[in-house]
Amino acid sequence: MNQKTKDKTYRLHLMVCAGTACVSNNSFEIKSALEKEIQKQGLEDEVLVVATGCNGFCERGPLLVVQPGNVFYQQLTVKDIPFLVEEHFLKGRPVEKLMYIPPEEKTPVPVLSDIDFFKKQVLIALRNRGLIDPEKIDEYIARDGYKAMAKALTAMTSDEIISEVKKSGLRGRGGAGFPTGLKWEFVKNASDSNGNIKYLVCNGDEGDPGAFMDRSILEADPHAVIEGMVIGAKAMGANQGYVYVRNEYPLAVKRLGIALDAAREYGLLGTDILGTGFDFDIKIVRGAGAFVCGEETALLASIEGKLGEPRPRPPYPAEKGLWDHPTCINNVETWSNVASIINRGGKWFSSIGTETSKGTKVFSLVGKINNTGLVEVPMGISLREIIYDIGGGIPGGKEFKAVQTGGPSGGCIPKEEIDLPIDYESLTEAGSMMGSGGMVVMDEDTCMVDVAKYFLSFTQDESCGKCTPCREGTKAMYQILDRITKGEGTDEDLVLLEQLAHSIKDTALCGLGKTAPNPVLTTLNYFRHEYEAHIKDKKCPAHVCRDLNVYTIDEETCLSVGHGCDICRRNCTSDAILGEKNEAHKIIQDKCIKCGVCYDVCKFGAVKVD
Amino acid sequence: MPKLTLDDLEKIREQTKKKTGLREGGEYRAKITVHMGTCGIAAGARTIMNVFLNEIENRDISDVILTNSGCAGLCSREPMATVEITGQPPVKYVDLTEEKAKEVLEKHVLGGKIVKEYALGIGSEKTDY
Repeated sequence: MNQKTKDKTYRLHLMVCAGTACVSNNSFEIKSALEKEIQKQGLEDEVLVVATGCNGFCERGPLLVVQPGNVFYQQLTVKDIPFLVEEHFLKGRPVEKLMYIPPEEKTPVPVLSDIDFFKKQVLIALRNRGLIDPEKIDEYIARDGYKAMAKALTAMTSDEIISEVKKSGLRGRGGAGFPTGLKWEFVKNASDSNGNIKYLVCNGDEGDPGAFMDRSILEADPHAVIEGMVIGAKAMGANQGYVYVRNEYPLAVKRLGIALDAAREYGLLGTDILGTGFDFDIKIVRGAGAFVCGEETALLASIEGKLGEPRPRPPYPAEKGLWDHPTCINNVETWSNVASIINRGGKWFSSIGTETSKGTKVFSLVGKINNTGLVEVPMGISLREIIYDIGGGIPGGKEFKAVQTGGPSGGCIPKEEIDLPIDYESLTEAGSMMGSGGMVVMDEDTCMVDVAKYFLSFTQDESCGKCTPCREGTKAMYQILDRITKGEGTDEDLVLLEQLAHSIKDTALCGLGKTAPNPVLTTLNYFRHEYEAHIKDKKCPAHVCRDLNVYTIDEETCLSVGHGCDICRRNCTSDAILGEKNEAHKIIQDKCIKCGVCYDVCKFGAVKVD
Repeated sequence: MPKLTLDDLEKIREQTKKKTGLREGGEYRAKITVHMGTCGIAAGARTIMNVFLNEIENRDISDVILTNSGCAGLCSREPMATVEITGQPPVKYVDLTEEKAKEVLEKHVLGGKIVKEYALGIGSEKTDY
């Protein structure tokens, strides 16, 4: 085994972020450049370069954190590396120009823990992020890895483990929030007439647009998931587990595979784990990326090699799951919380969070937000703290309009609710849901009807087609929304939308179908005036729905400021603009196809949209 | 690779912690800064750095941070190193050799006693910017 780090002491550890976002920004090239330059300066015995999982601050990637010292470098390019290595790692002078400068400030913040993005975060599921090389099991072990598993296997009974998890108040992080300890108890006590076999499943089929929590956990700390599953296996008496992960997550699949092999080699998986006589192993099942397979019964069918379609519940998987045996299915993030609960106690975990929702939640923060990235925050934190304190607010001084949580099953929460403390109940009351943790921030330029249409286009596309309400209902809803955004909507459409939404909610087969109308219902609830503007005034207030836009040129501005620069006419693909250089220009409405190019190219603000 | 026992697991944990512990911040006994401006490097600061690094490794010390910085301004007395025991003012050592560096590590960093013969002074200049 190549465990170079075990044999040498280094004075500096350069933690290069190698989560998918940074990797796609060339972090592996940065890593090789660092290694090359370090060799060139003769520092290879003093300075170690480590590829870690996602650091979280994806917006600023590629990232590098220098330890000891916690010095945070960002937006690195291969070109920066020779200077950085010579200045900081050879001569000891940290390089300010590569440090993070908060928006609208001038002085860099050198130390990671002083940066607002990181300050309010509490790491449990992501406890090892940025601190270990996910491909080295020893580094996981050094961070108290497999300690909880050893404790569970040698010093705890099944009931003690379950009681600890119950005490912690941990609830399913996949979205629905079912109490984990209770689920474990059901599986443990489930009677299995055909052989007393039980299975564990880790749901890593993360399909919500803009969500990447599970991927990041699997990439950054795969052993945390494995350890959680072994503890669960002991609690429920299972000997085989499956991790279902999408094939579009190649890095997660690779790192999980390396982790499973290493754990097996150490005897932390397989037969007679740590000499305790307990057997448990895990297989990876790669999903083909169908959204519906994130639904637990569809996921189980997919593991069995059948078509990934849901089936009615009950029976719940805890009674009849994989091949009809009792099966416990938990989300990636849920599993990765387990070891900390066993190590530090359920009471500790339950001291974090709100009355009904304990611990932390990982969110992927995306959309119109300054600090895009992955954050782990205590339950009960307000949306305002996430969006403004951690997320750094909205770019370009624009106004915050709404945040979409819970993916296609969730809803849009308007700015009036920005002080809402986040937990399972409060989000549900607001008409949305926790979901797996996607958080899409929207600003004043977002059209809420268009957002609802986007999500419905997603769900009708991803609907497996097994039940009629979802298959036909979401399509019908999409068609209505499409009509409205084209200015062809009628008052009756809103009534019909609501009726459809409620009947889909009541009659769809699986959770995904039942929640598919949520984006429409919440936008209708909070942003009804925008729907009405589209229908009655034939206007899109955010000017997103281009069919409703009317473009005109302010002749005065065009002539006196722009001197009839003619750029709009030359870029117009439909010959809808009249005018010559040094003349005021004019749009012929009959010919205009409303593509908006003139608006985009005019540097003088002469093109108006209404 | 034979399967691990509980003791093996603990051993791996302890061994790896020594190498990776410095990533986690927290309390340190001391910080040694080797001054590595051009003058320092020319005068042999690299050797001094290696001495400290080897000693830290051989003696299995896990609570001392070794770092470097630029020229300290007294180029004629290089190689120089600053030893800062947590909670105490920094001490600058000058004209270091391999032997002197080992002595400083042994007596001051580990033993807590300043090696006055090699020390330039205690404390650091004021910064005003």
